[in-house]
Amino acid sequence: MSTSKTKNAAQASAKDNAEDFLRMYRQMVRIRTFEDNANQLYLSAKMPGLTHMYSGEEAVAVGICEALKVTDKITSTHRGHGHCVAKGADFKEMFCELLGKEEGYCRGKGGSMHIADQSNGNLGANAIVGGSMGIATGAAFTAKLLGKDDVTVCFFGDGATAQGLMYEVMNMAALWNLPIIYACENNGYSEYTKTAEIAAGSITGRAEAFGIEAHTVDGQDVLAVNSLTEQLVERCRKGEGPFFIELMTYRYHGHHVGDINREYYRSKDEEKDWRENKDPITRFARHLTSEGIATEEELEAMQAEIKADATAAVEYALKAKYPDASEVDMHVYAA
Amino acid sequence: MREITLSQAVNEALAEEMRRDETVFIIGEDVAEAGTPFKVLSGLVEEFGTARVVDTPIAEPGFMGIAVGAAMTGSRPVVDLMFGDFIFLIMDQLCNQAAKTHYMSGGKLSVPLVLRTNLGATRRSAAQHSQSLHALVAHIPGLKVALPSSAYEAKGLMKTAIRDNNPVVIFEDKLMYQEKAGVPDEEYLIPFGVANVKREGTDITLIATSSMVQVAEKAAEILAAEGISAEVIDPRTIVPLDEATLIKSVKKTSRAIVIDEGHQSYGVTSEIASRLNEKAFYHLDAPVLRMGAMDVPVPFSPALEDLTVPTPEGVAANARKLVAGEMLDGEMIHAA
Ligand SMILES: Cc1ncc(C[n+]2csc(CCOP(=O)(O)OP(=O)(O)O)c2C)c(N)n1
Ligand SMILES: [Mg+2]
Repeated sequence: MSTSKTKNAAQASAKDNAEDFLRMYRQMVRIRTFEDNANQLYLSAKMPGLTHMYSGEEAVAVGICEALKVTDKITSTHRGHGHCVAKGADFKEMFCELLGKEEGYCRGKGGSMHIADQSNGNLGANAIVGGSMGIATGAAFTAKLLGKDDVTVCFFGDGATAQGLMYEVMNMAALWNLPIIYACENNGYSEYTKTAEIAAGSITGRAEAFGIEAHTVDGQDVLAVNSLTEQLVERCRKGEGPFFIELMTYRYHGHHVGDINREYYRSKDEEKDWRENKDPITRFARHLTSEGIATEEELEAMQAEIKADATAAVEYALKAKYPDASEVDMHVYAA
Repeated sequence: MREITLSQAVNEALAEEMRRDETVFIIGEDVAEAGTPFKVLSGLVEEFGTARVVDTPIAEPGFMGIAVGAAMTGSRPVVDLMFGDFIFLIMDQLCNQAAKTHYMSGGKLSVPLVLRTNLGATRRSAAQHSQSLHALVAHIPGLKVALPSSAYEAKGLMKTAIRDNNPVVIFEDKLMYQEKAGVPDEEYLIPFGVANVKREGTDITLIATSSMVQVAEKAAEILAAEGISAEVIDPRTIVPLDEATLIKSVKKTSRAIVIDEGHQSYGVTSEIASRLNEKAFYHLDAPVLRMGAMDVPVPFSPALEDLTVPTPEGVAANARKLVAGEMLDGEMIHAA
């Protein structure tokens, strides 16, 4: 995640932004690698419970979080590993959390669906669809109340647009000009159902009804996502919020890791098309090499390094200890 | 008798009732083609079509509200709430609307709907997908609450629920969906308010609901090996509650432990224990004990989660102490 950002990625030349671009690439590869490892942990029965993979949607989390500072807040979803990594989290604490270990971000109490990283402004994943919309809007309320220039991004899926809470909080955010960006990750499905079957009318139109400026962007294009977000974040800081972005994207895996036979709701051809022709990482790699920012070898070396990092973190987490039994009734109430 | 899974039992109950009564319909998320994430409803949309097996957006208060209105006007909705934890989202429609309409209308309107959902921890699903929230709705007059403890109960109680003219909430145990039990081929219904004495005994009564019935039965096995005879009773519905059977048993055994997977404080165990106290006090040789889930949000880590729910060993240990006349902290109450 960048710490000081004033430039606009799209306007500046690619070479000027080499460092930022390479970091974006790295972050996308880190998410993909994290998920590959998480999936493997599930398949080898080493991970308790289920988890939802972010693979395929990396450009959304990275494009957005690269436009934020550490103190900016995000709220995340059940499909939250990508947001967590993009907002600056470490592999080790993340894998420890996924395995229910004491050194996890939430001391093993939250797991995949509740992973939160207070130090980087990630207020947490959420196992209630749409459940974080109030929280995100409340975070934006705090920024305004306390006169901070922090911006909040509320990540949620297309399916979550069916939740009534969204309309209540968007109304208030618009009335009170709160510094929040509602980021709808439209991956075409909510569980085993196509978005068209669960969302009538237009998604951006929902925000526009409240007078909220809404954009639709190609969620597989990290630069497009990043430059749009940079602009909106700047405007939020000036008090021009809220905003709404619909990001068109796709999840490669099933709804969760156990959702293996998917043909009754989406075709293998469709999955193949997204993987082969619209992959955000491959696409950005092509951009980096054609602009002369990195060679293929350099990108491969980066991938290998990230893979090694992830392997080490997984090994560490597998050996790490579980929380002590005495923790079970700790943290029910704040001191 | 043939054996089928709890999942199949629920499926059969719904199919039979939908064949019998065309006003019955199912509404909820991914209930049709997907047959729910637990695959409980597979095949129903093929038989009854999408007009009666209705997929909704992720809008729980919305479809619950629609079900209440439909129920008030001649339909019999079966609402599918994917996880019991989501009951918090629909509380207004369920508790302010469905539960009170019959009473508020002076008996003129009624809301014959079934809300089927689930309970139970130890699936490593963390705090928002593991709760057992039946006590919350049992607190609200106007709602009936059924807690099937096997495939047999799941089928018989579901059929009764669909025919009931009141809102009924059925909580199934998520961990039991693939568990088999004997279920007759021929039609049967299980009346509400009739407890099932699962095992007879003379020294102590173990009253257990839903997921905890098997825990109590295993505890009874452990105790039997030590010469302690435990009676195990499954109330099957907590509203209405078959007080008579529970009291009769406790008068016989003079001791009781109530075991339920909801949080212990202000929960089902407290309610049943205090009724026994009020109505069987002079027959008791020991305080009635409550064993519920620990009063903490359900933790994700397996190392912690397993500590939060009653176990057969835990129940047996407490029963042993009660029978020996010891308080739980080791203090003697009086001789057994
Ligand atoms: C309130 C609530 N209802 C239902 C669910 C079950 N559920 C979990 S994820 C999901 C689909 C969410 O779809 P979407 O918002 O598009 O996110 P995606 O999974 O596609 O990222 C559903 C129905 C839930 N967790 N919370
Ligand atoms: Mg979606």
